[in-house]
Amino acid sequence: MDIFVQQIINGLVLGSVYALVALGYTMVYGILELINFAHGEVTMIGAMVSLTVISALVGAGVDLPGVVIVLFGLLAAILVCMGVGFTIERLAYRPLRNAPRLAPLITAIGVSIVLQNIAMLIWGRQYISFPPILPQGRHQILGAMITDVQIAILVISVLLMLGLTLLVKKSRLGRAMRATAQSPQIAGLMGVNANTVISLTFILGSALAAVAGVMVSAYYGLAHYYMGFLLGLKAFSAAVLGGIGNLTGAVLGGLLLGVIESLGAGYIGDLTGGVLGSNYQDVFAFFILILVLLFRPSGLLGERVGERA
Amino acid sequence: MASVPETMNQKTRHAWLVFVALGVGLALLPFLIDAGLGRSWVRILDLALLYVMLALGLNIVVGYAGLLDLGYIAFYAVGAYCYALLASPMFGLHLPFWALLPLGAAVAGLFGLMLGTPTLRLRGDYLAIVTLGFGEIIRIFLNNLNAPINITNGPQGVNQIDPVTIAGMSLGKTQVIFGVTFSSPHLYYYLFLILTLSVIFVSMRLQDSRIGRAWAAIREDEVAAEAMGINVRNIKLLAFAMGASFGGLAGGLFAGFQGFISPESFNLMESIMILCMIVLGGMGNIPGVVLGAVLLTVLPEALRYIGDLQRAWIGHVVVDPSDLRMLLFGFALILMMLFRPAGLLPSRQRKRELGAQGAIAEQEQVSVYDAKR
Amino acid sequence: MLKKPTASVGFFFTGAAFMLFGVYGISRKYWKMEYVLKPTLIHGVLAAIIATLLLGACGKRDGAAKDGDVIKIGSVSPLTGPQAHLGKDNENGARLAVDEINAAGLVIGGKKMHIDLISEDDQADPKIATTVAQKLVDNGVVGVIGHLNSGATIPASTIYNNAGIPQISPSATAIAYTAQGYNTAFRVMTNDEQQGHVLGQYAVDKLGDKKIAIIDDRTAYGQGLADEFAKAAKAAGAEVVAREYTTDRSTDFMAILTAIKAKSPDLVFFGGMDPQAAPLTKQLKQLGINAQVLGGDGMQTPEYIKLAGADAEGEIASNPGLALDAMPGGKAFKDKFTARFGPIQNYAPYAYDAAYVLVDAMKRANSTDPAKYLPELRKTDYQGVTGHIRFDQKGDVTGGAVTLYQVKNGAWQPLETVHSKQ
Repeated sequence: MDIFVQQIINGLVLGSVYALVALGYTMVYGILELINFAHGEVTMIGAMVSLTVISALVGAGVDLPGVVIVLFGLLAAILVCMGVGFTIERLAYRPLRNAPRLAPLITAIGVSIVLQNIAMLIWGRQYISFPPILPQGRHQILGAMITDVQIAILVISVLLMLGLTLLVKKSRLGRAMRATAQSPQIAGLMGVNANTVISLTFILGSALAAVAGVMVSAYYGLAHYYMGFLLGLKAFSAAVLGGIGNLTGAVLGGLLLGVIESLGAGYIGDLTGGVLGSNYQDVFAFFILILVLLFRPSGLLGERVGERA
Repeated sequence: MASVPETMNQKTRHAWLVFVALGVGLALLPFLIDAGLGRSWVRILDLALLYVMLALGLNIVVGYAGLLDLGYIAFYAVGAYCYALLASPMFGLHLPFWALLPLGAAVAGLFGLMLGTPTLRLRGDYLAIVTLGFGEIIRIFLNNLNAPINITNGPQGVNQIDPVTIAGMSLGKTQVIFGVTFSSPHLYYYLFLILTLSVIFVSMRLQDSRIGRAWAAIREDEVAAEAMGINVRNIKLLAFAMGASFGGLAGGLFAGFQGFISPESFNLMESIMILCMIVLGGMGNIPGVVLGAVLLTVLPEALRYIGDLQRAWIGHVVVDPSDLRMLLFGFALILMMLFRPAGLLPSRQRKRELGAQGAIAEQEQVSVYDAKR
Repeated sequence: MLKKPTASVGFFFTGAAFMLFGVYGISRKYWKMEYVLKPTLIHGVLAAIIATLLLGACGKRDGAAKDGDVIKIGSVSPLTGPQAHLGKDNENGARLAVDEINAAGLVIGGKKMHIDLISEDDQADPKIATTVAQKLVDNGVVGVIGHLNSGATIPASTIYNNAGIPQISPSATAIAYTAQGYNTAFRVMTNDEQQGHVLGQYAVDKLGDKKIAIIDDRTAYGQGLADEFAKAAKAAGAEVVAREYTTDRSTDFMAILTAIKAKSPDLVFFGGMDPQAAPLTKQLKQLGINAQVLGGDGMQTPEYIKLAGADAEGEIASNPGLALDAMPGGKAFKDKFTARFGPIQNYAPYAYDAAYVLVDAMKRANSTDPAKYLPELRKTDYQGVTGHIRFDQKGDVTGGAVTLYQVKNGAWQPLETVHSKQ
């Protein structure tokens, strides 16, 4: 039982990171129907920037609690990532707004390669370690272990997701975003500047990615210029699982994917009588994803756009 | 266009000239390149031809039928493993290549059906993620099927795969034919060239056939196509199977050419690069796809010379070429797409692909041209 | 530096240009293909870029060929992608050796020679590895130090073998590499079997651990080492209570570690590299698993300690050869390398030794001709910074000394050196 609870906790922590990144994918998709393949790299930039700031502060011997130093790093990461997100949209996606559907996909891949290599030039090819400045407390819940960092990740993710939902549902900007997603032309007629809304969407998504990047590097203790690819892929899968374009769906998809991966790795051996092991963890995750899409072709919470596409 | 028959006449006469010039050029190409740039470029040329085949196969699925496939490399892997397992010391089997290539294509086609059947209802990006998952699943299985029973030799890969042997002549060794020395990359070049030309021919004929028009119809509007009496299910499955079998063919050739394969050659990035090739070249248009495949194979290799270039211009290497190579490649992808959003050589009848919203200037001109004709 | 391209190159470009222009003209005129490609400024710029690149390349080819006193040695490793830090490290190791040899002055066959190290990026991709191998062969290298990964080393070895060029891999461990019957394939690293055997016996006999959990990263390296370890550990009487897997991109191991926790092993063996080994160790501690972590050369790096921090304390990993600090010249190498390139990532000392071994064979043969110095290479008896290097018939290092290290006070301390039976 304690093993099962532990696996669920593992899955939820992993899943909440996926969910934060998936929100970025889903927000952009909801408005532009564009898969922003470079989103994973924005997460990586966030992790790298925050680590640079944190290491510099620690190196300078600044006498502040670890949490405050990390907050400074986070702030820097958010600002830089907002800039990166805005620039990407401006240079690589906006000129292709009316181009054939797959053209922005290629520029997205180009941007992803460029960001990776710029990061490699700036931060080098080595893995960068996260200084051990955060509290390392461990707690027992129902026989399972949970650390302070894990609790922080869960709490911050939930708060951010709630905040974003409020923003989209209640604020003026949120209304403008929803209107633009429905129809950019008509939103324009109603006095919404579609370009500004799209830019703001990218900026918001990138800020979330920055937070996710900092959480990932703090949790695993390292960052590398290549880390964005896999994270982006997982988050994209999560967004599709939940129904891409749907905010609640992205959160649900992320959490589900995390739990599925965790349970898959933990129990696949027992389920198949030892024939398949944890090496089939991703097969298991993709298999469930495919199964879900077979019965709900637009994801768990996605609207049925079938006849429109 | 006053005297139509005369123009036709001239056209056919000069068409022959073009074909002869192209034929001679293609036949001499490896020798010219070997003399001018070195043998490694003949190898790159061989790889480029393999990618042309792959890109044409994916073009059937994505360009003709409009089904976004991000796991295409799986079929390449299936073809390669078919060849490798049946012509290597792995199981002690050494079947001839003329049996293995069709077998690889057929098995890959079967896998294409396997992917196609459950995904018939999915569209656009949902299809993309499922195909992506399928590609990863195949790779993971290849990587792990060394236990409990060793089938694929797992991450260690399959080594010492037999080279392609035609009429007792191994393409893996240097051969002297009529006093002319052909090295292994040269020999493979001719084999790949013949097969690439056949694949191009099949692609062209398919495009203009009943099936090709049916693909175009479901690409443009699936519901309307169904209403017009097209069997959407069969036509979609056919696209998956045809595309997959081209991939399987290229995979078999790759295994024979390379002599060693391992699952790491068949990762997601490869699928994405092949998609880039066709989108960049011009989806649905055969010359465009060929150009895209050649360009994206050659470009990263050509960018290796930026170190030499710096030495030639500045006198010494300022920035390490390995630091810049992929960066420039990424920029090139972005710039090419920004300047030619419909691809370098856009398809003539290219309409709104996968539900794109606006027509672009080039397409307008193309349709004007079509109207004139 | 740019010298005039030779006649053949000029002929090639003129011919190709005329042919393309001709076909293009004809097709434009008679096939009404105007719409296919309207020449614009962009095309001009693109064509110019490609032409300059090619010409630059040719100029280089031509320029270097005339210099008779240059020895070209290739270095190949992934310089981009996830393993770039290791690839660059290998290149730096070889670069240091070559620069030292050049500075000391090298005389072969009565002539003063200068070594030119040509470094290429194989992206750890088997397909690119063969292309790069061919490029080095075209370039006229007389020896190659590389590649990094077994998956790239094996297909490339066929090309070097066909060209008769000796290849020494500083880091490929797959048994298959030297089992192909190629007389040009060598390595200065122990293979999976040698190292796995030592580790398996050490775990059971010396550490006295009987319940063992094994994790590998499903790469050729990790799986090969883990399988050999499992074989040796079982033979020594241990019980493998869990066999789990991850990938070489993963950072989250909580799920498999939780599954392992249920089996309460004495020892967790990890077959893989430090970027995974470090977070794995941290997460193992975090879950409260009380087991020794043991790994191979992929884990025995300063990087591992840097990334795992205090959690690395007490863990054990092996590396082929002898401890660097205990070797004559080892300390000096470390200082020189660190001063110039920063900390050693992993295999730089092996690449450094590989370069010296190549040049040593050339000196003994008094020739840089691969056919002449290849027999001497096989007779190598060289005292390097990683150990005493001799090759067996297959090209593996004989004796296969493996040293075990433990993290003590934040640094790797040698425990003992074991000589494997192979």
